[in-house]
Amino acid sequence: MIIHTPHPDLPAPTTSVGAIGWLKRNLFSSPVNSLFTLAALYVLYQLVPPMFNWAFIDANWVGDSREACTNDGACWVFVRVRFTQFMFGFYPETEYWRAILAFCMLGSLIGYLLIEGLPKKGWVAGFTIIGYPVFAYALFYGGWFGLPVVETYKWGGLMLTLILSTVGMFFALPCGIILALGRRSSMPVARSLSVVYIELWRGVPLITVLFMSSVMLPLFIPENIRIDKLLRALIGISMFQTAYMAEVVRSGLQALPKGQTEAADAMGLSYWQSMYLIVLPQALKTVIPGIVNTFIELFKDTSLVMIIGLFDLLSIIQSSFTDSKWLGFSVEGYIFAGLVYWIFCFSLSQYSQHLERKLHTGHARM
Amino acid sequence: MKKMSFIMVAVFLMISASLAAAGTLDEVKKRGQLVCGVSTGLPGFSITDEKGVWHGIDVDGCKAVAAAVLGDVSKIKYVPLNSKERFTALQSGEIDLLVRGTTWTMHRDTALGMNFAGVNYYDGQGFLVKKSLGVKSAKELNGATFCIQAGTTTELNLADYFANNKMKYETVVFDTHDQTAAGFDTGRCDCLTSDQSQLYGLRTHLKDPASAVVLPDVISKEPLGPVVRQGDDGWFNVVRWSLFAMLNAEEMGVTSANVDEMKKSDNPAIRRLVGLEGDKGGSLNLPDDWSYQIIKQVGNYAESFERNVGQDSPLKIARGLNALWNNGGIQYAPPMR
Repeated sequence: MIIHTPHPDLPAPTTSVGAIGWLKRNLFSSPVNSLFTLAALYVLYQLVPPMFNWAFIDANWVGDSREACTNDGACWVFVRVRFTQFMFGFYPETEYWRAILAFCMLGSLIGYLLIEGLPKKGWVAGFTIIGYPVFAYALFYGGWFGLPVVETYKWGGLMLTLILSTVGMFFALPCGIILALGRRSSMPVARSLSVVYIELWRGVPLITVLFMSSVMLPLFIPENIRIDKLLRALIGISMFQTAYMAEVVRSGLQALPKGQTEAADAMGLSYWQSMYLIVLPQALKTVIPGIVNTFIELFKDTSLVMIIGLFDLLSIIQSSFTDSKWLGFSVEGYIFAGLVYWIFCFSLSQYSQHLERKLHTGHARM
Repeated sequence: MKKMSFIMVAVFLMISASLAAAGTLDEVKKRGQLVCGVSTGLPGFSITDEKGVWHGIDVDGCKAVAAAVLGDVSKIKYVPLNSKERFTALQSGEIDLLVRGTTWTMHRDTALGMNFAGVNYYDGQGFLVKKSLGVKSAKELNGATFCIQAGTTTELNLADYFANNKMKYETVVFDTHDQTAAGFDTGRCDCLTSDQSQLYGLRTHLKDPASAVVLPDVISKEPLGPVVRQGDDGWFNVVRWSLFAMLNAEEMGVTSANVDEMKKSDNPAIRRLVGLEGDKGGSLNLPDDWSYQIIKQVGNYAESFERNVGQDSPLKIARGLNALWNNGGIQYAPPMR
């Protein structure tokens, strides 16, 4: 009897596995691709080493005055000297702990809500939404419990950027959901009011809203009534963002098959029950990318408050360029601003992707 | 309808009542704080240092008023304003005083309902050129390329000047100070034009500041000064004489360092200046030592100038037009008697 044993498989040719194989498949698969690869490598070679040298090797890190910047590279001393101002604006130095405490508290509250399986989440969420803003405002503004008052015109830097964007988000999401429901409602008054609100606010640029709030509004109200400039900006941003959020949520409501509401009706659920239990959980899940997109946009749009003379992160960095002791370091400042914005936006985007994976129940088309 | 008109009358009465009680001076005294509008960052005029403290020749203008009225330069709330919102902030009463490198023009003085209390800096549009061009006067700039900043009156002044002198020119427009200076530095243009006070700041941005010179020609008048609301003469006087006190102090050689010594002087003009003789603060409704406080806490005009824009600052602007009248400039304050 002849036993047929197949010859054991030969290993793949060395040119198609490992690093060489990867290179061949991905970078040099055709003459045109090879050409592009080489061109790209050349461009990288021209750009990266000089930038790396400028930013790290030739850079100046220590010192506390312009004279310390003796090397050719970046002068990070400028950013270092002004760092606390970029973070807190003109907030008094002795009171920094208040801002840090408020943000740490927000961070831990949100962290608590994000970690799965912790008890009493409802209470924590309730406190975050209702109690925390009051507490944070009291901490920032002071005037109680022996804390000195810090008026809002002293708030600035990253702190102000975070305040503007978190307040905007806090308002935009719930109000946006209500407006979206209103726009799809069968009640004519609710529907037309929502449509008017959304189209009105979406039809004007944010910069106009801010400008109106700071330049026109004071002329209409009596002279002895003063509304804080920051408050005016906050209201403007929140109203504006609500309109955008409403449309994002509406897209989620529209994406939901009609059968879902019909099934809820058939089970005898009331309008609010069917919204709360059936429609919104599914709709909001579908539009997570859209919601996060709006938030990221808002975070960056807050830099527009520059035009009404509020010093957010970007405008406080820009105003520091005009210090005659430190003229000519705008590149370092802008790179720092870009880095901070990127860190926040990238973390938000990463979190949203994590959330999408966690809530993924097979509805998404990959 | 009747109700409607009643409400309108009530609103009107409320507004006129608040206008009648406008006395900014009393309001500032009651509040214990001066609210002063400044720029969001103009080198040498109003800027913040790394501690968040405001400096500059305009900031000194605010400080002088605070020293005169409240006797304390730290009792000021600085409101940073951009060029678009500055007038609204003043008209709406959000600020008491605007010292923000604002050019005194007829339109602003009349139509906008504001009063200019004086001139704390005589500026004008000038030129920064490469030394290697060998140009001595703006008249030799025919056919030159200019770097300018967008959205300023600079472009209009330039067009007027060249049309008047029948010369040709080209422009390269940039968005910010930094970019304008960088454009000039990299040779995109032969010449950079802007307000003279800005040119000195821009020059320090250059890789080799010594390679460029500011031409002596000035092609526009830009008198900058503190601004108050029209119709409040008491407050207008306070702001105006706070500036004059600084100028008079320089003229008489009274500085923040020697003002205490000068109090012993026999010169009646000096004795009036430091509030020992004459009307003192009476007709301004200010404390008797108002001008003493200005000199003690802020200094005279020369001190303020040199500290912020002059030889003791990185800008190193020469006094030029801003020298006193008896020194070849046009800064001239009426006598205090």
